[in-house]
Amino acid sequence: MLQIKNLQASVNGEPILKGVDLEVKAGEIHAIMGPNGSGKSTLASVLAGNELYEVTGGEVWFEGKNLLEMAPEIRAREGLFMAFQYPVEIPGVSNINFLKTALAEIREHRGLPPLSAKEFMQRLKEKQELVEFNASLVNRSLNEGFSGGEKKRNEILQLAMLEPKLAILDETDSGLDIDALRIVANGVNKLRSKDNAFIIITHYQRLLQYIIPDYVHVLYDGRIIKSGTKELAYELEEKGYDWIKESVQASLS
Amino acid sequence: MPTTDQDILQKYSDQEYEFGFETRVEMEILPPGLNEETVRFISAKKEEPEWLLQWRLKGLEHFRRLSQEMPEWQNFKLPHIDFQAISYYAAPKKRKLNSLDEVDPEILATFEKLGIPLEEQKVLAGVAVDAVMDSVSVKTTFQEKLREKGIIFCSMGEAIKNHPDLVKKYLGSVVPYSDNVFAALNAAVFSDGSFCYVPKGVRCPMELSTYFRINASNTGQFERTLIIAEEGAYVSYLEGCTAPKRDENQLHAAVVELIALDHAEIKYSTVQNWFPGDKNGNGGVFNFVTKRGICKGPHSKISWTQVETGSAITWKYPSVILQGDYSVGEFYSVAMTRNHQIADTGTKMIHLGKHTRSRIISKGISAGYSQNSYRGQVRVGPRADYARNFTQCDSLLLGDKCGAHTFPYIDCQNPTAILEHEATTSKIAEDQIFYLNQRGLDTEKAVALIVNGYAREVLNNLPMEFAVEAQKLLAISLDGSVG
Repeated sequence: MLQIKNLQASVNGEPILKGVDLEVKAGEIHAIMGPNGSGKSTLASVLAGNELYEVTGGEVWFEGKNLLEMAPEIRAREGLFMAFQYPVEIPGVSNINFLKTALAEIREHRGLPPLSAKEFMQRLKEKQELVEFNASLVNRSLNEGFSGGEKKRNEILQLAMLEPKLAILDETDSGLDIDALRIVANGVNKLRSKDNAFIIITHYQRLLQYIIPDYVHVLYDGRIIKSGTKELAYELEEKGYDWIKESVQASLS
Repeated sequence: MPTTDQDILQKYSDQEYEFGFETRVEMEILPPGLNEETVRFISAKKEEPEWLLQWRLKGLEHFRRLSQEMPEWQNFKLPHIDFQAISYYAAPKKRKLNSLDEVDPEILATFEKLGIPLEEQKVLAGVAVDAVMDSVSVKTTFQEKLREKGIIFCSMGEAIKNHPDLVKKYLGSVVPYSDNVFAALNAAVFSDGSFCYVPKGVRCPMELSTYFRINASNTGQFERTLIIAEEGAYVSYLEGCTAPKRDENQLHAAVVELIALDHAEIKYSTVQNWFPGDKNGNGGVFNFVTKRGICKGPHSKISWTQVETGSAITWKYPSVILQGDYSVGEFYSVAMTRNHQIADTGTKMIHLGKHTRSRIISKGISAGYSQNSYRGQVRVGPRADYARNFTQCDSLLLGDKCGAHTFPYIDCQNPTAILEHEATTSKIAEDQIFYLNQRGLDTEKAVALIVNGYAREVLNNLPMEFAVEAQKLLAISLDGSVG
């Protein structure tokens, strides 16, 4: 589904990603872990097409297409979804209207007609229940006045509604209490299938207690320096990132 | 809503001025020029009573005086207007019509293009339309239904003929002919307009709607509207405008007067989309309008809602005089300017009665090289005990070459009054656009959605049919004004 080859990117001329390689297949969940400043969120932003990040080398293929040549909205319509670490507030735009607009846009790209009002509401109701989203929030303005946890859960509701092929969760667990964390994780677990894939970016291992990844990668200084299975996450939790840093520095020297 | 935001955004993104076509209808046009003869000609043509001719002539007199020194207080340089180069009368030649079949097919086609069918669709929508094509009413619908309730809704010309006492009593009572240069001009040469009278205790069962359309080359349009709501009456009035594309500037100087008696309520909504000029600021309508209402009786209410997207220059301050105790005045406005448009708009709330309340919500959106000013005055007279005002004026800037300005004047002569003023200026954030991009919306649609959200509080005050139209207008191309 996704092939990242030697991806390099910089912000304001400063290199952040220094050659990332990653392959994600349908049905898989990949966790990307790493200390602060290692480039995790940059990787997510580059994949989503944020223009603040400049791609300086490498290539990314998504379902056989060159992802880096696509505008952000085309990536979204092709089935790439990013759950934001800091979802923005858009005053006056109702959550429901926003979801309807986004869904229609994505469906049109796939050659599907927009859902009727009834079908849409039906789908929204199902998905709200699936991700345990407070029904009253969908009528409010998009993220306006939402708590941190509500915003993150709204991201998961959007994920459920838009049914992307690949979902990137950028530190979705940050700032969540244990109940919200469990709800978000349950949502993801219910949404995973053999046809879609997830990249979960996280600093901590605790989300991975609820969402069991197939692979865990450690990103450090703009490169994936270690890959493994879920056991790697436990090991990191136990030993901390210093252990990895040291082993990398040892191998360099 | 009959259409989703989505459809609207789709349809209206990336559009030039869509209504830029003109209708070929045989016109009877007065040669350019303004003098006593012009006024007499218009009055005679309309078979007006002597008192009205005299009233018009006084208007002319004041116009001559006031036009010696054109206003300079506004936040733009008033372009030179050669009042002698304008033709002050134009009317479609065919006049008295018994049925729709007699209406010029071209006029009907124009309305079709505008999406304003006069027939069944409006019946279904419950809107009575008094369609004004240039100066003379072409057709008035729903007369019968309204007549059953005792409501008078007709052209000003008909009102002058059939209800002279009402017209004489109220015409100029809120906006006198001496008010300002454009109001004086209107008094002298007003062509036609709408008249509405809702008798005591009657709630008008439908939204009353008038579509104005400037349609004759080099002919100013001088509409005059008068709405009277008797004790306990209620009426909601919609005014929508489009104009054909023209190269030369067109002057529009309308006057609207609203009178609400005891416990009466008038809601007046406008969507204005006249030709704004081309991308370089050539052409476009000069829109110099005087709109004012008076809450004459206690517990009366007047509410202005406007969505202003068109015209090269908009100069407009729909106001309320709060004379009756416990009366309420409201002003909800979205003014959007782009390219080289200028909008200087706002309101005046004049508190005279006790416990009077007013609310002002103004949302300015500026793009391109445009200049958008809010100008408001809140005045509390010495006898207006416990008057209250809340004002919120927000400005949204798209790009860095446009301007947003706020000129709030507050004049309070009563210590018990409570006045609040809030103002914000903002830009659309990059991360908001990126967020919407990431959900599949292109940048243009993202901006349209954000702008519509920003204006929501005002749009919510529009009747449903208008809210949809207003959203369409706001979703116009903002190409190059973001990022």
